[in-house]
Amino acid sequence: MEIIEIQNEIVDEFNMFDSWMEKYEYLIDLGKNIPKISNENKTDDNIIKGCQSKVWLHATEDNGKVNFFADSDAIITKGIISLLIRTFSGQKPQDIIESNLDFIDKIGLRQHLSPNRANGLNNMIKKIKFYAIGFNKKINE
Amino acid sequence: MKDFELIRKDFPILEAKVNGHHLIYLDNAATSQTPNCVIDSISDYYKNLNSNIHRGVHFLSQKATEKYENTRKKFKDHLNANSTKEIIFTSGTTHSINLIANGFINSLKPGDEIIVSQLEHHSNIVPWQMLSEKTGAKMKVIPMNNLGELDIKIYEKLLSNKTKVVFVNHVSNALGTVNPIKKIIEKAHRYDAKVLIDGAQAVPHFHVDVTELDVDFYVCSAHKFCGPTGVGILYGKQRILEELPPYQGGGEMIDEVTFEKTTYADLPNKFEPGTPNIAGVIASGVALDYINDIGLDNIKKYEDKLLAYATKKLKEINGVKIYGESENKTSVISFNIGDIHPYDIGSVIDNMGVAVRTGHHCAQPIMDYFKIPGTIRISFCFYNNFEEIDILIDSLKKAVRMLS
Repeated sequence: MEIIEIQNEIVDEFNMFDSWMEKYEYLIDLGKNIPKISNENKTDDNIIKGCQSKVWLHATEDNGKVNFFADSDAIITKGIISLLIRTFSGQKPQDIIESNLDFIDKIGLRQHLSPNRANGLNNMIKKIKFYAIGFNKKINE
Repeated sequence: MKDFELIRKDFPILEAKVNGHHLIYLDNAATSQTPNCVIDSISDYYKNLNSNIHRGVHFLSQKATEKYENTRKKFKDHLNANSTKEIIFTSGTTHSINLIANGFINSLKPGDEIIVSQLEHHSNIVPWQMLSEKTGAKMKVIPMNNLGELDIKIYEKLLSNKTKVVFVNHVSNALGTVNPIKKIIEKAHRYDAKVLIDGAQAVPHFHVDVTELDVDFYVCSAHKFCGPTGVGILYGKQRILEELPPYQGGGEMIDEVTFEKTTYADLPNKFEPGTPNIAGVIASGVALDYINDIGLDNIKKYEDKLLAYATKKLKEINGVKIYGESENKTSVISFNIGDIHPYDIGSVIDNMGVAVRTGHHCAQPIMDYFKIPGTIRISFCFYNNFEEIDILIDSLKKAVRMLS
């Protein structure tokens, strides 16, 4: 599936819930099934700065596609990254770089994050794009 | 005595709805809410008084100056300072601490020592750390115990003739511990060291007498006691303030200016360059009158009851661990539930309209001591009530069910 299709799918899923409590419950469930980063990759270098909770993100490249792995000590944060991973894992670096992430606003997630938490989210997206840029360079070399 | 239920009506924001729920505001240690009289004072200032103080000969300027200076007198009386020259208005506690730390920049040298406590807010650590880096003076730390209390025996050992400044908070913002500052000040003075007390979390909750404490500097912020943001009150002993160099240059802090040399104004103007936050300062005086009208003794008694009730109720929730269990604390409770991240709980109960603080509360050394990423902190003001505590407890229970 293309990035845009996955995003639309996420928006549809979240639209099924009436309240933010239900959306949170869903996020919590998603967090439990996150593609887990291995312990050896839980390094300081892989910590995303600017989050209230600790967030680690690691990526690998396989046949021109990027796979992401993450973890966090906060379960809601884990749910949020797992949405990002679902959107970007298995995609080509070039597609990740060119993508526009609009599901976050469409599901109303951003308005539920205080500015410093939204900052953490922006840093997660930035880190994902940095990985993509790195892999893209490697592939084109 | 005022009825504490009626007091709620003075605070329009308490009527607010958050995410479809009534706001339960339990983040008062970060900032307290503002009563109508304070809001009206700000509006009244801009409608009827707005002008620059200390400068104009005209009616408005004189009127505004009178109110501004009268506010200084209110704080002088409230803190029991000796003179209005000892009361400086700043933009807040952080500004006040920086002003004083900067004052020691020329007098400290390598070999000197400054003492801080492990319980400090970052704003009472970083300015001194910067000073330490600039001057070569060494920073020593008073440790705390499991209850969140400072170890005074070790403090005594840290003190020596090398000690020049000691800076400790009166009440810990993260744990609520009330520190034995009288003892701390007295012991520092034996070595001729100066003491700065950060009273940001004390002044809203009980009476402070700077003369009785014999403290050298005492600082606090108006927005913690129902005043507006952007106003700090700095008390300093006149003799010491006179010796300290000015922090910032500008208008109003001068005596004479030529391009060769400027001589500085007397206290307190020496430390108040430029146009101050006139409306804010005047409104802070109104806030002070407001809390004095309720009475700090009544406030303390009522808040102690809230603290005891909330502590008891919280402990009934499985897995609750409270950080900071000193016998002597203000109405602040820092806690975690099981191994659930404080951020998760904070996010979920925010959706139920309950406002708490989560994180390290700008006091990372305390979190490092307990080896935790942060806590959930609830902090009361006199307008909070027992029903709100019940709603908090219910919300916490729901959050725990969702998150475990």
